[in-house]
Amino acid sequence: MSRNNIANTKALKKNTCVNVLVHALLIVLSLIWVLPIIWVILTSFRAEQGSYVTSFFPKSYTLDNYIKLFTDRNVLNFPKMFKNTLIVAVCSCGLSTFFVLSVSYCMSRLRFKARKPYMNMAMILTLFPGFMSMVAVYYILKVLNLTEGPMILVALILVYSSGAGLNFYIAKGFFDTIPMSIDEAAKIDGATQWQIFTKITMPLSKPIIIYTTLTSFIAPWIDFIFAKVICRANSDYFTVAIGLWNMLQKEYITQWYTCFAAGAVLISIPIAILYLCMQRFYTEGLSGAVKG
Amino acid sequence: MSKTKIRPAVTVGAALTHGDWATRLSAIVMGIGIAAHRQIVKGILVFLLEISYIWFMISAGANALSMLPGLGEREQVKTWNEAKQIYEYAQGDNSVIILLYGVATLFVTAGFLTLWVLQLKQSYNLELKIYGHHPIRTFREDLKSLLNDKLQITLMSVPVIFILLFNIVPLFFMICMAFTTYSKENDKLILFDWNGITNFLRVLNFSGNLGKQFWSVLVWTLVWAFFATFLNYILGMILALLINRKGTRGKGFFRFMFILSIAVPQFVSLMIMHTILQPQGAVNVILTNLGLINSPLPFFQNATWARITVIIINLWVGIPYTMMQVTGILQNIPADLYEAAKMDGAGPITIFFKITLPYMLYVTAPYLITSFTGNINNFNVIYLLTGGSPTYVGDTAGQTDLLVTWLYKLTVDQQYYNIGAVIGILTFVILAITALVTYHKSFAYKNEEAFQ
Repeated sequence: MSRNNIANTKALKKNTCVNVLVHALLIVLSLIWVLPIIWVILTSFRAEQGSYVTSFFPKSYTLDNYIKLFTDRNVLNFPKMFKNTLIVAVCSCGLSTFFVLSVSYCMSRLRFKARKPYMNMAMILTLFPGFMSMVAVYYILKVLNLTEGPMILVALILVYSSGAGLNFYIAKGFFDTIPMSIDEAAKIDGATQWQIFTKITMPLSKPIIIYTTLTSFIAPWIDFIFAKVICRANSDYFTVAIGLWNMLQKEYITQWYTCFAAGAVLISIPIAILYLCMQRFYTEGLSGAVKG
Repeated sequence: MSKTKIRPAVTVGAALTHGDWATRLSAIVMGIGIAAHRQIVKGILVFLLEISYIWFMISAGANALSMLPGLGEREQVKTWNEAKQIYEYAQGDNSVIILLYGVATLFVTAGFLTLWVLQLKQSYNLELKIYGHHPIRTFREDLKSLLNDKLQITLMSVPVIFILLFNIVPLFFMICMAFTTYSKENDKLILFDWNGITNFLRVLNFSGNLGKQFWSVLVWTLVWAFFATFLNYILGMILALLINRKGTRGKGFFRFMFILSIAVPQFVSLMIMHTILQPQGAVNVILTNLGLINSPLPFFQNATWARITVIIINLWVGIPYTMMQVTGILQNIPADLYEAAKMDGAGPITIFFKITLPYMLYVTAPYLITSFTGNINNFNVIYLLTGGSPTYVGDTAGQTDLLVTWLYKLTVDQQYYNIGAVIGILTFVILAITALVTYHKSFAYKNEEAFQ
């Protein structure tokens, strides 16, 4: 009895020791992970300009960086960029969600000759570096007269949604979890495939629809490679990502460094919220459509 | 029931040899066979498509195809106009546009040939149906079937057109470029020619300057992908285990702290890292002020430093992501496996390497493969952090450049389009090989039925 107790207390002591160590480690690690984020937030409120700093905490705080971001429209017109990105994101997210859902529905529920070849083709295409064909895409857009003026935004929408039909794996996996028997029952009742798609599968697929919408909505905010190639020097049609990238280039960094931080904070907050929502729907989506 | 009756196979050959006059005639006048076999509207539509293809070929296509082998001859001519006191440019041939139109025409023609085959088969099929007294769909019924048993056509045609226009045609066009002299080198940006596999030989040649760069970039790309994938994987898993172990309090809080860094757009956090690690950046300045270092640490100036820095920062980027991905799977590991191991006196490290890791490798093999190929193509981390630097004089590739970032520099910055295209193709080959080999391996692994 007593020997057991001694062994237990020993084990308990060892456990608390390990616990303390683990917690200390986790705290240090989370500090490492959070510090850069805190750094940006602090920088966005910093009164001293430029990227040269001598201390972690700013010497004085100000809101000017945010104000400048929205009022100084001569060099880098942030509000305009924000508007551009919003337009592109909304349109391309509509288009790509439609593409992803239709393609993955076809791949999951319908059987036709081109199905397997299509899936193989998609796998091969996704192995090529995404922007390898960027230059060629630019020429095609030029032939279509989409590289000048406001048409640049149309070009961006097309580019962001064009590949959507290839990213069907996650949504297909989700549709695969919906029992075929539901479809068959509907078919016996005289429903067409279209009705099954719109009236049965879609209502059951809320998590994956939201997940797809959010991913495609976020894409234009965080991509700057495609945007850079397509916009070139047309600063009127810059997206937020190119704008922020430009703020850190040699010409602008001394003037715009703290504004960059402000812009980064402003962009990150909505994206972070969307992302956290998306994560919830993603895990919900993974656990399948029909429960129990 | 009559469907089970054996019918001759519907092939182009059969249609041409056994078909009736209308079917055979539709080899020339497309759609006439379909129209003659009671599907008049469809037949007319097919015929209109043929007419528009012929019109397209006469007006532009034939010319585009004929220019394709030579890629244009006429140079741009500059003449001095005395009256206006300016140089006048007589438009020469532009090889890029010729190549693009040529490739587009090839695709249109391929589409046309597919249509030709389909309509011929359809005509013969209808003929057989009439012969066997099967019902034939009216145009209205055809339209209706687009929402039912042919729903895939309705749903997929637009996405497929987009993929064709913005993925396949451009890709094909870029692959063509790899076999040309299209490059800023020797000023071949407007008028260029085919040059066979010369570019491939140049890139793969060990002794040439370009070849040396290629091989060193390739080795670094693979080293990078290996470390980026496996370090992230193992450390992310350990983090997940630490957070999820029984004794840890505030699991939700810790998880949130790490997830927060994923939620910040990657390009933002990478650009911040880029600025704070500069010689005059925050980290160096603060360390100097604290008296810990005398001269700034060469995070991106020294090749070895830069390589280690990008791998470590990639850990910062990637670990939370892995942690999230594996948390759910870790909790699914059967508890009795652990208990049995503890009974046998295994310590936590043995348990990790003998149970957790093999189990996870088994379950997450596909995830590992995609993250490996993803890391080979990891443009953002390298481009935003180092931009490939440090770069030695005379090189186009920096010491931390991956194949993809080098490809980007070659095409967008340097305009060496042909070499860029070669690099792109080789990247694809490497990715395809890794994907195939690892898939094969993971299937072999699955066949052992290790955890069943």
